[in-house]
Amino acid sequence: MRELAYYEAKFEALEEIMAADQRVHLINGTFLSLSPHRHVYQNLKNKYGARMISPPISELGFCGLATGAAMAGLRPIVDLSTGSFIYEAWPQVANEAANAFSMSGGQTRVPVVFHLFHGLRGGGAAQHSGSPQAMLWNVPGLEIAIPSSPRDVKGLLKTAVATDNPTIFVDHTRLLDIRGEVPENDKPIPFGVADIKRQGGDVTLIATSYTVQVALQAAAKLAKENIEVEVVDPRTLVPFDLAAILSSIEKTHRVVIADETHQSCGVAAEIAARIAETGFDKLKTRIRRVSTLDVPVPYSPPLEAHIGPSESRIMDAVRAAVA
Amino acid sequence: MLPQLPRESLVELCRRMFVIRHFEEHLVPLHDKGVFGGHYHLYVGQEATGVPAISCLRADDYLFTTHRNHGHLLARGVEPKKLFAEILGRVDGLNKGKGGSFHSVAPSLGFLHSSGVVAGIIPLSTGTAYAAKAQKNGRITVCLFGDGSIEEGAAPEAFNLASLYKLPVLFLCENNGKYGAGRAVAAAQSTSMAAYPLTDLPKAYKIPAQQIDGMDAGLVHATISAAVQKIRAGEGPQFIEAQTVRYPGSETNWPTVPQPTETSLAWDVSGVPEKAREWYRSCDPLLIYIRELVEANQASKDEIAAVDRQVKAEIAAAVDFAVASPYPKPEEAERDFFA
Repeated sequence: MRELAYYEAKFEALEEIMAADQRVHLINGTFLSLSPHRHVYQNLKNKYGARMISPPISELGFCGLATGAAMAGLRPIVDLSTGSFIYEAWPQVANEAANAFSMSGGQTRVPVVFHLFHGLRGGGAAQHSGSPQAMLWNVPGLEIAIPSSPRDVKGLLKTAVATDNPTIFVDHTRLLDIRGEVPENDKPIPFGVADIKRQGGDVTLIATSYTVQVALQAAAKLAKENIEVEVVDPRTLVPFDLAAILSSIEKTHRVVIADETHQSCGVAAEIAARIAETGFDKLKTRIRRVSTLDVPVPYSPPLEAHIGPSESRIMDAVRAAVA
Repeated sequence: MLPQLPRESLVELCRRMFVIRHFEEHLVPLHDKGVFGGHYHLYVGQEATGVPAISCLRADDYLFTTHRNHGHLLARGVEPKKLFAEILGRVDGLNKGKGGSFHSVAPSLGFLHSSGVVAGIIPLSTGTAYAAKAQKNGRITVCLFGDGSIEEGAAPEAFNLASLYKLPVLFLCENNGKYGAGRAVAAAQSTSMAAYPLTDLPKAYKIPAQQIDGMDAGLVHATISAAVQKIRAGEGPQFIEAQTVRYPGSETNWPTVPQPTETSLAWDVSGVPEKAREWYRSCDPLLIYIRELVEANQASKDEIAAVDRQVKAEIAAAVDFAVASPYPKPEEAERDFFA
């Protein structure tokens, strides 16, 4: 099967989306953060420049512009680039876009996509390493997609644009160069369908975003210790495929959740709560979380590495779960 | 002065001003009696801005408004009974009771979203304008907000975007605080905005901006018509600050009606409580408009009094409709938050 780099799959999606739908406009950014693959963005710009704008550094302003444009029938995709920058746009994302449909009694649709790169990126320090998806999960009215592979980024981006709801598209710069299978003419991936990234019978390891890749490496090493890990990737937080997770736990009776949001009220915390509420009787041992420690992200490489959901922390948690 | 319009249109503007006035004068006692809860704001005193301004628009133009939206919706032709029902949280409300006073919308009339965050709509208005420009459909957007809105950072960010991209949007700032809270009396110097006059802010972003008397229906109509024409011609955004004097019923923490309005007040305010008398004598835009209509022989006192009575009766019936409308079923709370 055809193999693509993650960034190539993402730009193939953007290209196909722009070609298929005149309503799609790209607002701000390059969808690549600081990655060296600038040429792909330029290719897109050469073709569709009339539907792409590079606004001033006004996240609040241009997220509002995109939201208003969506209300009037466009399908804008906004690139906030660094995830922490969405804090600048919070009133428009969390208080206008997320509320409009409900507040209007189901009349005003807001098909806007807010794309951002979250997480530990290597030297991002405290202000450029945010993972706002947990806070955003606490805002009803937003859909949240969080891909971890080339195939998923393409399929989920297409669905994000197609849905009539405001969608947060949570990306990670450490995924951009990862390679994987992407079939030609692949179908959009529906929201709310988790993906088993690796089969295994001993422990269910739920992971999101780049941490899925870390989890797969951890699982390969644990296999040598005769621990078979099943890696489950929810792919979207809203809607959330709890059924897929429960059916995996039915088989393994053990669960570890690895994710890059901070521990308190984080993504792992919410998933743990849902499992505890609905699948407690299936568990043979307590739920374990591997989250980013509850500290502002430090700059120095060993400090940054220490706080994240690293391979070694994940392996320790899995070993403890089967002990 | 009166707008340069045929007689029938002038009387229709008068009727719409009465609709707003009687709507809100009926609303206040409903809150006092506990028929609805929460916070709300009155538009009374700004009728001569909203009514003529909105009459300058095309049927398919977009409008955004804030927590002070009743007047804008009614000026555009929203049915009073549906707005009452919304404010009362009833199933027949404009938003099926999900929005309330702050968030009432009427998408078929161009009101897609009303925000209670004072500057929230200003970036949104650049978005509908951006979409209309991309779709080349000739629609413009009118963004209606108060003077306090431009104290939020969203306002200058949106002004910059609108100006950079020459977006078809009219920023209509209704400054009802000429002598109100937060403003130094007499000097009319703002105590909350370093940029003063307020038009200095949009001007810094190269948006043509002017300050007008928002109690002068004719001036409002002429100014907005000209601005709308320029915007539709592709000249980019315009900013107009319309100044009014705060309604005495809005000066208290909770709105009151110091004096129910009737046509005769246009010539005799001796019965108005003294504290509010000066406002009714010289600052009430509806009474000013009525005097102008009669003095220009465009309508007789009797004709205006008849319009007044008819509107009052319609508003009373609209209240009855809203009060009789049921609340939504509790489980409706779990519906319609995703499309």
